[in-house]
Amino acid sequence: MARGVTISRKSVNTIAAGVLGLLMFFPVLWIVILSFKTEGDAIKAPLEILFGTGWTTESYGTVQARSDYFKHFSNSLIISLGSTFLGLLIAVPAAWSMAFVPAKRTKDVLMWMLSTKMLPPVGVLVPIYLIFRDLGILDTRSGLVIVLMLINLPIIIWMLYTYFREIPGEILEAARMDGATLREEVVHVLIPMAIPGMASTVLLNIILAWNEAFWTLNLTAAKAAPLTAFIASYSSPEGLFYAKLSAASVMAIAPILMMGWFSQKQLVRGLTFGAVK
Amino acid sequence: MATKASRSAARLMISPAVLLLLGWMLVPLSLTIYFSFLRYNLITPGANPFVGWENYYWFLTDPSFKAAMVNTLLLVGGVLLITVAGGILFALLLDQPMWGQGIIRIMAISPFFVMPTVSGLVWKNMFMNPVNGIFGHLAQALNVQPIDFFSQIPLLSIILIVSWQWLPFATLILLTALQSLDQEQLEAAEMDGAGAFSRFFHIMLPHLARAITVVILIQTIFLLSIFAEILVTTNGGPGVSTTNLTYLIYVSSLLQFDVGMGSAGGVLAIILANIVAIFLMRMIGKNLDA
Amino acid sequence: MKKSLMTLNRGLIGASALVSVAATAALAEEITIATVNNSDMIIMQELSSQWEAATGNTVEWVVLEENVLRQRVTTDIATDGGSFDIITIGAYEAPIWGGQDWLVGLEDLGADYDYDDIFEPVRNGLSANGTLYAVPFYAESSFTFYRTDLFADAGITVPGAQMTYDDFAAIVAKLHDPDNGVFGTCQRGKAGWGENMAFVGPLVNAFGGKWFDLDWNPTIDSPEWKAALTYYVDLMNNYGPPGATANGHNENRALFADGKCATWVDATSAAGYIFNPDQSSVHDVTGFFQAPKQVTDKGTGWFWAWALAIPKSSQKVDAAKAFLAWSTSKEYVELVGETKGWVAAPPGTRKSTYANPAYSEAAPFAATVLNSILAANPADATRDPVPYTGVQFVAIPEFQGIGNYVGQQVSAALAGQQSVDQALANSQQFAVREMTKAGYIK
Repeated sequence: MARGVTISRKSVNTIAAGVLGLLMFFPVLWIVILSFKTEGDAIKAPLEILFGTGWTTESYGTVQARSDYFKHFSNSLIISLGSTFLGLLIAVPAAWSMAFVPAKRTKDVLMWMLSTKMLPPVGVLVPIYLIFRDLGILDTRSGLVIVLMLINLPIIIWMLYTYFREIPGEILEAARMDGATLREEVVHVLIPMAIPGMASTVLLNIILAWNEAFWTLNLTAAKAAPLTAFIASYSSPEGLFYAKLSAASVMAIAPILMMGWFSQKQLVRGLTFGAVK
Repeated sequence: MATKASRSAARLMISPAVLLLLGWMLVPLSLTIYFSFLRYNLITPGANPFVGWENYYWFLTDPSFKAAMVNTLLLVGGVLLITVAGGILFALLLDQPMWGQGIIRIMAISPFFVMPTVSGLVWKNMFMNPVNGIFGHLAQALNVQPIDFFSQIPLLSIILIVSWQWLPFATLILLTALQSLDQEQLEAAEMDGAGAFSRFFHIMLPHLARAITVVILIQTIFLLSIFAEILVTTNGGPGVSTTNLTYLIYVSSLLQFDVGMGSAGGVLAIILANIVAIFLMRMIGKNLDA
Repeated sequence: MKKSLMTLNRGLIGASALVSVAATAALAEEITIATVNNSDMIIMQELSSQWEAATGNTVEWVVLEENVLRQRVTTDIATDGGSFDIITIGAYEAPIWGGQDWLVGLEDLGADYDYDDIFEPVRNGLSANGTLYAVPFYAESSFTFYRTDLFADAGITVPGAQMTYDDFAAIVAKLHDPDNGVFGTCQRGKAGWGENMAFVGPLVNAFGGKWFDLDWNPTIDSPEWKAALTYYVDLMNNYGPPGATANGHNENRALFADGKCATWVDATSAAGYIFNPDQSSVHDVTGFFQAPKQVTDKGTGWFWAWALAIPKSSQKVDAAKAFLAWSTSKEYVELVGETKGWVAAPPGTRKSTYANPAYSEAAPFAATVLNSILAANPADATRDPVPYTGVQFVAIPEFQGIGNYVGQQVSAALAGQQSVDQALANSQQFAVREMTKAGYIK
């Protein structure tokens, strides 16, 4: 990018992109602002809210008093991390074999795996509910870890597959020549090379698991309920509720948003799904 | 390059994933198919007699079925259109030299991290509510009649909310693809006197084709089963104007508790999903192999 | 300070007395309660820490929005999932589920519980085959809230006798003043059998309509339904707030409390909120009168109760019963009265509440509410004879599916997306399908 870029052009770009970025971000920013207002102030006109009203943290207190945030938070954390790492454990070997020992049907298998994701969850809730009941894993974190692992497994496999494919086969050949076993080949050669891709896979799956709102709501009651259930009790207003809803929303999305911000380089670098040759 | 040994090792390594997914697909699926031939209503317990194709008949002749199909297609198509077109524009812009690119990018991708329930609730209440929402206040300030989003343009409102969530994803993938574009090729074209439009259509767009395909594939998978956004905003209404197939199955199996009919709908949705999958496979297969 | 200590003590004594009655209750159990996110339940959630302290048991709460709660609880109870020990259900579910043997009978909550203190219609509404399956947390009918200041300014006096919906519309028209932020009337528009149909159902009753004839044939395409629905759509479009199709009970209550509505026909239980100075800006300028009639005065006010029940699948029935005995007791009503103010006490369930002068003083609406509840008769709510009971609902399992669908069609008509005729034709077709499927229509 050594080409001369005029200051004015750069300014125009910055302003245009900044305005668009701000527009995209605005809803998030707005709930952060509303969450620090009283209920009465939170329904006023935007300018009045910004400049004509005071600030308070009372909504956070109310929300916390009504449902224990840290319990829901830790459930979300355990479920999303657990399902992601369990998924990784199963997906790495599968993606390896598809990438390096492709068979005629590899692509079909991959597409079939993706198509399981199109199964509408509402259509199979009752069967799954019955199975969970019989296994005694209703309202348990392990039950949710398994389900979320399964629904995201195709995505994990596919992402890993696309990264593994970019690794030149010769390197593996060379390792094998040196007498590396299959396990060593995967652990010492493949995984280090695929770290950026794996990082981004992990991040994306944590996000997807964190935000999954159907199974997490329907298979839990109180003990394993994650943040999606925490927010569900604010879906219908109870008197004035904008500030409380905002505070609960901020609490539900803040952890994942922070994670996303701090890891955005890693997330972005690997998020190609094979779109870049 | 693959030896016989590595082939069998490969088969071993892929089998846990395949078996698990097979189980995940087959167990509920076979139960769903089984239920779809029973008269099985949760709230009227008792014998669940075999009723043949009756549930399919009822589901297919449900007056809401046709609308749900159309809405599903409009929803998926509308969001794809907005996110792909918007994503390209956004990616082109973010690819330009500017100050504070990092912070701008962080802001732009934030919606992707917001859980669907929250974004549905926030848009519904804080923005689209005609009395207390921001758009309502804005209309009041401009002295025009505020738009009543969920009764005047319900489906479009849902499309907008979902697009807001998915635009960052499309932008990210397209931006990465754009950054991998050979700068010299662009510069050469510029020197040959190709205008900005011609460079976009002849160099950039072909280069982006693969990324666009990926965006379409991944998003379609998620968009076919959009649910939370509809549940917390419109409940599928007014009438059936925002009922998609997923929501219709929800209505039959979990609001009317007619598991038999809901299962029939589930089977139909799976068939539909597979048709879409085959279609996408063809498309992506072509693009990914190239 | 002293007073609150005393109250606390009384609560503790009440709770421990009840626990000793349910002597089999094991120590330190954890029970899971599924409930709705309305203000009375939130108060119960807050106060339950006293019960926990007194008994050593702990309570896990699952607080959900009404529709989600209903779906979640029904799935669990019908599949025998056992996720919940106490569930919050309404007057619609209690008899049906009790009859299906899904709920634990609640006849043995102890001598102190004083069953006779609970109003008989409420008790009957929650029983099946003579057994009580759910204990009432609060009960309600519907009546009209109105703004006394606006009525006075417009020179309107409320007649002593029940007015007709035509008279009502004329009054609403006079009060409609959107430029000053006051809408003539706020009624439910959000689709759902427990939302817009709770208003539309009694309206249809008043216009002489019914859901089914004596042979269970749906009669939604009748002229009575058309007249009622046309009235509803016209009323709301001319004198209602914008975005009415999104407004349910909670939304309208917020609007009314904020002074945006001149009239509102809704649950009597909302009076506690509207007359509470902490929550309502119109607490001193609100009056109430009977819900209007039209061609008949039958079934013009609904009957509803939120109640607590124990699923058969619960493993902790004794601890759950102890909680029920506490949270629906006289002592609990007093506890709420003393700590949260008597205006917020759970209404409509116990004679002792209404006999308490503290309540009548804090709640000027008490007598009217009580009369409305006692007057509502689910067994005789329509002009013509019908095979079902229920005012704003039909007490058969198939009703919620039909009610929800009709609710969606009505809201589409309200949104102007289809005509009233179209909505009624669709609804009739759907109801015929459902009733055929369920085997009512041969």
